[in-house]
Amino acid sequence: MGQDVKVDRVIDARGSFCPGPLMELIKAIREAKVGEVISVYSSDSGSKRDIPLWVEKAGHELIGVFDRNGYAEFIVRKKR
Amino acid sequence: MKKVLILGGGVGGTIVANVLARKVSPSEANITLVDATGKHTYQPGFIYVAFSDAKPENLVRNERSLLDKHINLIIDEAILIESNERRVRLKSGRILEYDYLVVATGARLCPEELPGFKAAHHFYDLDASIRLRRALDNFPGGRVVIGIGGIPYKCPPAPAEAACQLDYYFTRRGSRHKAEIHYLSPLPRVFPLESVAPLVQEIMESKNIQYIQLFNVERIEPEKGLVHSLEGESLKYDLLIVVPPHKGAKVIEDSGLGDKGGWIPTDKYTLRVKGYDDIYAIGDATDIPISKAGATAHYEAKIVAENIAAEIKGSGMIKRYDGKVRCFCDAGFKKGITMVFDYEHPPKPTRLSRKWYYAKMLVGKLYWSLVLKGWA
Ligand SMILES: Cc1cc2nc3c(=O)[nH]c(=O)nc-3n(C[C@H](O)[C@H](O)[C@H](O)COP(=O)(O)OP(=O)(O)OC[C@H]3O[C@@H](n4cnc5c(N)ncnc54)[C@H](O)[C@@H]3O)c2cc1C
Repeated sequence: MGQDVKVDRVIDARGSFCPGPLMELIKAIREAKVGEVISVYSSDSGSKRDIPLWVEKAGHELIGVFDRNGYAEFIVRKKR
Repeated sequence: MKKVLILGGGVGGTIVANVLARKVSPSEANITLVDATGKHTYQPGFIYVAFSDAKPENLVRNERSLLDKHINLIIDEAILIESNERRVRLKSGRILEYDYLVVATGARLCPEELPGFKAAHHFYDLDASIRLRRALDNFPGGRVVIGIGGIPYKCPPAPAEAACQLDYYFTRRGSRHKAEIHYLSPLPRVFPLESVAPLVQEIMESKNIQYIQLFNVERIEPEKGLVHSLEGESLKYDLLIVVPPHKGAKVIEDSGLGDKGGWIPTDKYTLRVKGYDDIYAIGDATDIPISKAGATAHYEAKIVAENIAAEIKGSGMIKRYDGKVRCFCDAGFKKGITMVFDYEHPPKPTRLSRKWYYAKMLVGKLYWSLVLKGWA
């Protein structure tokens, strides 16, 4: 599947346009412990721009972005 | 005779109860609604208390007056859901049994979760909206900053709407030139809906509303008049408006039914609480990743009422929720925008128009008579 990190939490935000997958990710990162890995599924076309931008600005790590069947998966590690 | 128990008499709970009361006869089901206050508040009106001239007393009605006469209303707080025993404990000590439970306990504001929040204003409950209005009336001029202090929060477009209302408020008072308005967006755009964000950005620019993107409010430092973001930025303010952090109701946490934020894991199509076939959750209380909005609670409530009625009558589940939400946002100066979307269809771009402002006002008027009764 193109990844061998252990994912601690999966957020299925497919079908969410408002508030949208990035908001779900921000919520999950706030709740997570440093070092935890979160995977977000998104069918919102804006996520490919939004999620990497936020992850970089907030100082976390984007482990990867994977095209799945009809959606994208973003894997992010909380760094601080 | 089946017992249907509904927790929460807000948008979702009231509509479920009223629609169900029309679909099943009193001999088929006993419908009981428990609400902690017995008062029903029209929350979209808070914006008009804070930034316009809405009268607070017009936003509140007795829940009893909004319910079908066959529905039992109990004014009490649910404190524990004992799902194995199919019963709910109330604060008064009363215990209610159920065959079907609908949890519609909404969201709880938790300002204490954000360090320094005491220095901020908000418009997410009636008292705070009244206080904000007073603060604006006495505002000598300076920088007004509006931001978001936690995710999720009710009505994702509301803070951007409030920024536009601030502009309208100061313009009407003739003091717009004395106020700088800064909007802090948690996202890399000014509005949650991607297809609508360019229009909202244009609207903000035309109103001289300044914005900072990717600014999730994390901490307030009142002594220095500074608001700090999760992303490491800071901004000075003279008057600060922050959407308080939200959590699910305490009874959800205490009953072990919620996730970390107290939101109930709910199947986004059937609206059943995951792992249960006799408990439904609707509205703000769920963990479904869509808008926490009255419109969401409204559509969900109608689906749940129909499906419970079908189960009681023995015809099985019939409908699935498709994620439909429709909302109207007031951009000030009697103009607005609208958005409709569901799980499969992102919203189409919209246009700024008087029509959508008046549509929003009309929904407010029809809310008590049509929406809550489940006729709309
Ligand atoms: C400023 C603002 C503007 C908004 N604008 C819009 C808008 O334009 N359009 C829109 O669609 N939505 C809007 N909303 C959102 C909308 O008001 C909510 O999403 C909606 O009310 C949710 O309905 P609900 O039934 O889930 O919860 P609520 O309507 O909040 O009802 C929850 C009820 O549960 C009761 N309760 C809680 N805990 C217990 C307990 N333990 N026991 C018994 N009772 C309990 C409460 O007393 C309350 O009556 C806005 C909200 C705000 C704050």
